[in-house]
Amino acid sequence: MFSLDVRMAWRNLWRNPRRSILTLAAIAFATLLLVFMLSWQFGSYETMINAAVRGPTGHLQVQARDYHEKREIEMVVDDPGAILALAEALPEVAAVTPRAVAFALAASDRRTYGTAVLGIDPERENRVSELKKRVRRGDYLAAGAAGQALPGDILATNLRAAPGAEVTLLGQGRDGSVAATAVTVAGSFRSGQDVIDRATLYLRLDDFQETFAMAGAVHQVVVVGRSLDEVPRIKAALQRGIAALGRDRELVVLDWSELMPGLLQSIQLDLVSGFIFYLILIVVVAFSILNTFLMVVLERTREFGMLIAIGVTPGRLSRLLLMESAVMTFLGLLAGILLGSLVTWYYQVHGIEFSGAAEMLRQFGLPERMYPRLSLLSIAVGAGLVFVITALTALYPARRVKRLSPLEAMKG
Amino acid sequence: MLFQLAWRNLWRNPKRTLILLTAVVIGVWAMIVIGALMRGISSQMLRHGIATLTGHVQIHAPGYRADPVVENSIPAAAPVTARLAALLPAGTRWAPRIRVAAIAGNARHSAGVTLVGIDPAAEKGVSFIGAAVTEGAYLPSEGEGGLLIGRALADRFGTGLGKKLVLMSQDSERGIASRAFRITGLFRAELEATEKEFVFVTLPEAAAMLKLGAGISEISLLLPSDGLASEAADRLRQSLAGEALEISTWQELLPMIRGVLELYDGVIFVWFLVIFIAMGFGIVNTFLMAVLERLREFGLLKALGMRPSGIVGQVLAESLLLLLTGQALGSAFGFLSYRGLARNGIDLSAVAEGLEYVGMTRIIFPVLLPRDVATANLVVFLLGLLVSLYPAVKAGRVTPVQALSSV
Repeated sequence: MFSLDVRMAWRNLWRNPRRSILTLAAIAFATLLLVFMLSWQFGSYETMINAAVRGPTGHLQVQARDYHEKREIEMVVDDPGAILALAEALPEVAAVTPRAVAFALAASDRRTYGTAVLGIDPERENRVSELKKRVRRGDYLAAGAAGQALPGDILATNLRAAPGAEVTLLGQGRDGSVAATAVTVAGSFRSGQDVIDRATLYLRLDDFQETFAMAGAVHQVVVVGRSLDEVPRIKAALQRGIAALGRDRELVVLDWSELMPGLLQSIQLDLVSGFIFYLILIVVVAFSILNTFLMVVLERTREFGMLIAIGVTPGRLSRLLLMESAVMTFLGLLAGILLGSLVTWYYQVHGIEFSGAAEMLRQFGLPERMYPRLSLLSIAVGAGLVFVITALTALYPARRVKRLSPLEAMKG
Repeated sequence: MLFQLAWRNLWRNPKRTLILLTAVVIGVWAMIVIGALMRGISSQMLRHGIATLTGHVQIHAPGYRADPVVENSIPAAAPVTARLAALLPAGTRWAPRIRVAAIAGNARHSAGVTLVGIDPAAEKGVSFIGAAVTEGAYLPSEGEGGLLIGRALADRFGTGLGKKLVLMSQDSERGIASRAFRITGLFRAELEATEKEFVFVTLPEAAAMLKLGAGISEISLLLPSDGLASEAADRLRQSLAGEALEISTWQELLPMIRGVLELYDGVIFVWFLVIFIAMGFGIVNTFLMAVLERLREFGLLKALGMRPSGIVGQVLAESLLLLLTGQALGSAFGFLSYRGLARNGIDLSAVAEGLEYVGMTRIIFPVLLPRDVATANLVVFLLGLLVSLYPAVKAGRVTPVQALSSV
């Protein structure tokens, strides 16, 4: 009986192929658009998070409690070696690096600027961030050579400090003493984000610790996991490890969403506004196809009246109608998913270029070519939304037909 | 007569017409409201960008924009400002400033800031700072000035009104200029980044500290409207050609916001098209159905001597009336929604950090541009008629024999 219903529904659909195709196309269009747009959104979030992670933040950081809010130089992670060992022992962790941060006055023989000074371990840093790839002039910090500096591109230009030039740094050490040193510019880097390139200068960690009287301590232990999904597990494991060391009162583990609450919120904002767009779009589509569903019933009133008269129950009739809508909806969804996946896949390979907005994207550390990312999630959510609304639309005519009386129906 | 007939034909099946009408009304409404919200976001970003010490047009010494230091100063403001009134549209306001990178520090903290020396009276009408002081007082026009810093910077430094803050920068003789100022006012800004970046003192005090004499870094101009910037800049460039000055418009000074504006132009248009396509399917299908039902009628009309173009015109007239009704209602609802939203705006403070991240303002007030309303209506009207051609031509092609034999 089930298969008979399906067969009847199928044949009924093609009694008016043009109309069915148009309805199907409307459903397919909405599905295609949603699959593509959702893939696009998810892809851009991943790019945004990765850009931030590969930049200065990492997936997670171990810091002294309150350091993230107050950023005071005396809030340190003592004995970072133990924390590094702890993180490195986790199989989900891809790389770990220590960093120390201070503020100083950088002066060349001609100019003076304020800048953030970061102490890094050049080799470890290279596994965590893209700093080395972003060196534009001169060289990255060398492993063995002491007293080298790597300023941002704009800072280097402002200081008139080419590779080889000497820069003096003047700041305040961890113990409140005056911190002063002279360093040689090894090269300069360009992240593309003006705020960073204008006021950042990297030193080797041991130089930093000596200059700022850090006594071997750092401010952040930056952890990068093998993938974003591993972050909660790494976080839990690190917290357990730190507690086992008895240091959970002084240290906290922060993940990327806590380190950059703005990024997470802007993603949420984009998701919510996206869903409002999609909902409006689908409602317009629903009203567009409601007529087709309804018309089918009005046109075939005589036929239905006769079917009821020869003993088809109104319940089965309404099931039959639902089946017709269902077949149409599924065909539309299928076509939409297929086409949507194809379009998305094309752009996933070739990327979409925003030449006009390149400057804007650069300031967020994003490339000017962005890629959508096709996933089961984007397909499921896109098709699911369309399905829910069309199913609701189809209910209306199916309910109407239940109230049909055979006598009146056959008269009309 | 044509339209009277068309109108009556539309209401022969009121339910069907109402459903299609609803699709058109929701579509046009969505175009207008979403368009207005997006314009609101971008125009408030622009407003905010211009108020945050940019202005519509800025005048600098050549080289200042690439290398904003005291050496690249305009020697004196007076000779330039004296000529501005004659060159610019009435209602234009301007303010001279000294603006250099500096370091702010107290016993425990130090951070890089931008030191801005302002003429308090002139600045008031030009940038945000005139109305932004929430604690203490704005800088006085005469006499000894103080220091204004942002609330967020004060919190970070654990300082407040009446406390001292040391500002350090490079002076015009390449020495280190350093001076302690007493904080006399705290200001709030839309973005925390602004509160952390800028500190304000009076122009004479900044000049004295930096040994600048009468020199200034920039003159910021606020025109009566955004659109006048390039025209005003061109006029300035011509008239001040001999003065060794660089004149830039907000489009050059705020490339990011320009990017957002251009992006939104595109996005709004694509949104219009997408919504139209969604309702387009409904228009074609509904009219196709209506036409197929009435094949006998069209056949009869033809048998009576009506030309195909007459029938096409009849169907198009029905579509035209439906579209116009839908557009009128959709635009009216759109306008009402806009009025409702514009009263209080949409408060997104709950995700303030996310807004800060993308540089958006906290409350979105929709902005309804006549241009957007016109474009939305034009898209629906023209494309709507275009897709109605298909059922119309189908109706026009019917032959009397076909029509009368088919039921």
